[in-house]
Amino acid sequence: MRCRKCDERAVINMRHHKLALCAEHYGEWFIAQTERAIEKYKMFSRDERILVAVSGGKDSLSLWDVLLRLGYQADGLYIGLGINDPEPYSDLSLEKTRQFVAHGEWRVANRADNDSAPLAPRPSPILHVVDIPATYGKSIPEISRAKARGQGKPCSACGLTKRYVMNRLALEKGYTVLATGHNLDDEVAVLFQNTLRWQTGYLARQAPVLPASREGLTRKVKPLCRFYERETAAYALARGIDYIYAECPHAVGNLTNFYKTLLNQLETESPGSKLAFYLEFLRARGQGVFDKYNRADELHACETCGQPTSAPGRCAFCRMWDVSAIVR
Amino acid sequence: MQITYRDKKLEVKPGSTARDALKKLSIDPESVLIVVNGKLVTDDAILREQDEVKLVAVVSGG
Ligand code: SF4
Ligand SMILES: [Zn+2]
Ligand SMILES: [Zn+2]
Repeated sequence: MRCRKCDERAVINMRHHKLALCAEHYGEWFIAQTERAIEKYKMFSRDERILVAVSGGKDSLSLWDVLLRLGYQADGLYIGLGINDPEPYSDLSLEKTRQFVAHGEWRVANRADNDSAPLAPRPSPILHVVDIPATYGKSIPEISRAKARGQGKPCSACGLTKRYVMNRLALEKGYTVLATGHNLDDEVAVLFQNTLRWQTGYLARQAPVLPASREGLTRKVKPLCRFYERETAAYALARGIDYIYAECPHAVGNLTNFYKTLLNQLETESPGSKLAFYLEFLRARGQGVFDKYNRADELHACETCGQPTSAPGRCAFCRMWDVSAIVR
Repeated sequence: MQITYRDKKLEVKPGSTARDALKKLSIDPESVLIVVNGKLVTDDAILREQDEVKLVAVVSGG
């Protein structure tokens, strides 16, 4: 199969777009599409400082790469979860993230013309690292066991902790936007789950941009939300981004993976199904179909950490971690 | 010839396309990328005896 633009060998064929592209044109297309999504959903502007949540995986590193190549002020936040059993998943994912910062090809700026003068490499972004065991005294699996949360799976403790740490660091360091690497398959798996159960409140709040609902919260954006998971992986491979292939050991066999597998079967039989499911949902949502389910919870300040929380008293994070004074 | 997928070696007949090989192995083409001799290829690529073929799983649920 040949590239639609230059007749070189294609590296990817996107049946839902009827588009096959070579490595070079795929990279360009992916970047242009990301920028279009940023503009279309009004995610952020050039003069905002963006915090990218990075995990060492294909999505978050691809996202960071694209934002840096586009010239945005995008720093990274890596959260060390202390998941190193049976394999050193957290240690390895931090290593991949550090390698990306030190040696990533994003450093070499694109040449705008045929000028042969060497271009100055792009300046390094900041990588913030918050190590959970070092900061709060326990790893994610340990706190989860200690609190008997989430039926033997650490994911609920993990999600709560990650959301809290991201939000808090963004505020403390003055980032107005928090960007995550969610791809279309992630979004569609959640959409499918929420639709199966008609979770209208969740449906009302699923979007490429979640505005800062009040002071004390950051805007959350998902610039890769229109790309299939295959496409973000292909971008990472085509660009030579060395990401962690292994999944978190706790993700194996979870419901999200199961839904993704089902939806991929559907996609193979009927190309474009995933894209249509998501885009038509966004259109309906944009027309206000779910508006009446979008209750704006009244928010209170946590009495320990000051972060916004839905009930008066200590927030869920401070309760879980038994935080009685602010840890810095 | 062999294909590497999730630390496993799978046996396929050389001379077939990657698409046919995936079908034989019951692997959903939507869930993988095909890397031949270190390069990403589309699923119409013909797999040859001497090729080093790797399937990269793209689904992750973290
Ligand atoms: S799978 Fe669960 S424990 Fe692992 S990173 Fe995701 S949420 Fe955390
Ligand atoms: Zn091309
Ligand atoms: Zn709190």
